[in-house]
Amino acid sequence: MKRIDLSRDNLALGSFGGTVFVVSGVLGLAGLGASYGLKGIGGSDAFMKSWLFAFLVVLAVCLGALFFTILQHLTKAGWSVAVRRISEGIAVNLSWIWVLFIPIFVLMVTGNGGHLFPWADPDLVAHDHLLHEKAPYLNVTFWSIRAVILFVIWALLARFYFGLSCRQDSTGDARSTTTMQWCAPLAMILYALTQTIASYDWIMSLQPKWFSTMFGVYFFAVSVTGFFSCILVLIFFLQKSGRVREAITREHYHDLGKLLFGFGVVFWAYIGYSQYMLIWYANIPIETSWFFPRQLGSWYWVSMLLIYGHFILPFLLLVTRWTKRFKGSIALIAGWMIFIFCVDVYWLVIPSVPEVALAGAESYDQLVEAVTPASLGWQLNAVDFLLPLSMLSLLLSGTMFSLRRCSLVPISDPRLEESLAFENF
Amino acid sequence: MSQAPHLNTSEQIWGYAAEFTSPAAITHAARKVADAGYRWWDCHTPFPVHGLDTVMGVKPTILPIIVFFGGLTGMMLAIFLQVFTNSLEIDLWAIVPVIGYQFEVSGKPLISGPAFVPVMFELTVLVSALTTVGAMLVLNGLPCLYHPVLKSTKLARITDDRFYIIIEARDPKFTDEATRTFLESLGPESIESLEP
Repeated sequence: MKRIDLSRDNLALGSFGGTVFVVSGVLGLAGLGASYGLKGIGGSDAFMKSWLFAFLVVLAVCLGALFFTILQHLTKAGWSVAVRRISEGIAVNLSWIWVLFIPIFVLMVTGNGGHLFPWADPDLVAHDHLLHEKAPYLNVTFWSIRAVILFVIWALLARFYFGLSCRQDSTGDARSTTTMQWCAPLAMILYALTQTIASYDWIMSLQPKWFSTMFGVYFFAVSVTGFFSCILVLIFFLQKSGRVREAITREHYHDLGKLLFGFGVVFWAYIGYSQYMLIWYANIPIETSWFFPRQLGSWYWVSMLLIYGHFILPFLLLVTRWTKRFKGSIALIAGWMIFIFCVDVYWLVIPSVPEVALAGAESYDQLVEAVTPASLGWQLNAVDFLLPLSMLSLLLSGTMFSLRRCSLVPISDPRLEESLAFENF
Repeated sequence: MSQAPHLNTSEQIWGYAAEFTSPAAITHAARKVADAGYRWWDCHTPFPVHGLDTVMGVKPTILPIIVFFGGLTGMMLAIFLQVFTNSLEIDLWAIVPVIGYQFEVSGKPLISGPAFVPVMFELTVLVSALTTVGAMLVLNGLPCLYHPVLKSTKLARITDDRFYIIIEARDPKFTDEATRTFLESLGPESIESLEP
C-alpha cells in the first residue's frame, strides 16, 4: 500500500490564503454595499427579508460545519481526520457571523421588527388572540436574549474545537483528542437545541401562526446540504491551487459525496415530504397556511424546482459510485447543490401571505383571489442574488483568515494515519 | 460453452492451492498470478485484504445496476397498484371491467400523488433489498452445497490464519507440471492438490 508522505505535501495556505482573504473580503463588502444601494428596487422591507435570507445561507453552512466537526469526535471517526480541519475552519466563522445579524437585531430592538416578523408588531398582537397567547415566547426582549445566547454558544463551541485542534498540531498531545471526544455528546445536544431554536425564531416565526415540529430538522437538513456542498467545492479548489493534494484523496471525496447524498438529498426529501404529507392530509387551515403561498403563482415553479433539482436530479446523479469518486464530477454536482441549497433557503424565507388576507378569506378560492392580484409570486430581484453571493464571499474570506494560521490537515491527530490510508470498498 | 479442462496424467485434479501466511505475501503472489495470465483462480483469506481486488484485477460488480432496476420495478409496481385499485373503471384488456375502491378520504382526489408516496418508498426499498440479496446469491453461484475447497481439512485454516491462492484445473493455461512449478516459484508454505 502506498504511504503518503505529508512532509512533501503542501499543507499551508501561505500567501494564497492572504490573497483570497483580502480579495473575497473586499468583494463581499462591496457586494453588501452595492445591494444596500439597490435596495430601492424592492423597498426596505423586502431588503431586510433578503438580508435575512442571505444571512441564513451562510449561517446554515457554518452550522453544518459545526455539526460535522462534533459528529466526527462523537463517533471517534478515523476516515475524516484529513478533511476535519477545513470543516473546523468553516465552523469557526460562527465567532464573527453575529456581525451580519446586527441589522436584523437593530430592526427588532428599535421597534420596527413588525416589518419582518409580524409578531413583533404590537398593534397586530393586540388585535389577534392567537398571537397574544404566543407573546410570552414571541416577544422582542426574549427573542433578543435567545439570539445572544445562541451566538455565544455557537462561538464557544466552534472556537473550542478549532482552537484545541490547532493547538494539538504543535503540542502533539493525544489528550486533546480525548478532551474533544469527551465534550462531543454535550456539544451535540447543545448544537441540536440551538439549531432548532434558531430555525423557530428566525424562519418559522416569519409566519407566527404556523407551526411544524419538523421544522428544526428541516433546517438541519438544509444546513448539512449547504455544508457538504461547500466543503467539496472548497477542497476541490484548494487542491487545484496545489494544497493538500496528497492528504485528501478520492476516498474522502467519495465519503463526503455519500454524506451529501444521504443527508443533503435523501434525508432532506424524506423529512421535507413527511412534513408536507401530514399537513396536506390533515388539511387544517392554520397548518396549510405555510404551504399555501409556496404553491401560488410563480412560487409553484420554485417548489417544483426544489423537488426535481434538490431531490430527483441529484439522486440519479449521486446514486452511482463513480460520480462520487471523480473529483471533477462530484465538485460539479456540489456546485449545483450550493445553488439549489440557496434556492431552498430563499423558498423558506421569502414567500408569505399578508396576515390580513389569511384572516379575511373564508375559502381557498377566496384566498387565492385575494392574494394573487397582489403579485405575491416570485420576483426577480438583483438584491436576492447579490446578498447571498456577497455573504458567501465573506464566509470564504473568514475561512481563509482562520485557516492560513494553521496546517490544513491536523498533522498531530492520532487517527491521521488511519485517515490517510483509508479506502472504500 | 465451457472448454473441456486440459487433462493429462491425473484426471483427479480440480486445482492447486498454495498456502501463504500473511496478507503481504498473498498480495505479492496474487500480482504474479494475474500477470501470468490465469483466469480461473481466486484468493481465499480470513478477512478482507485491502488492495487485493485491484491486484487480482477483479472487475467491479454489476450488482448495483441490477438493484437500481429492482428499485425502479418496486416503484412502478407501487404506482400501478395504487392507481389500479383506486381507479374508477378500467377495462382490462377490454374484457374484464374493473371497478376500484372509490373511497373519498378527506376530500382528496381518488388518484392523488402525495398519498401514494409512502407506499412507493416502501416498495422501492423492499424490492431493492430483495433484489440485492437474490442477485448476490445468483452472481455468487449460491447456494452451493459442495465445493472442492471444503474437502481438504488443511484449507479449513482459511477461516483462521492462512491465506490461499487456488488455481483451478479448468483454466486454459493450467497444466499439471507447469502450474505446480509456477506456484512453487511464488514461495508458498506448501502446495495442496485438490480433488474434485
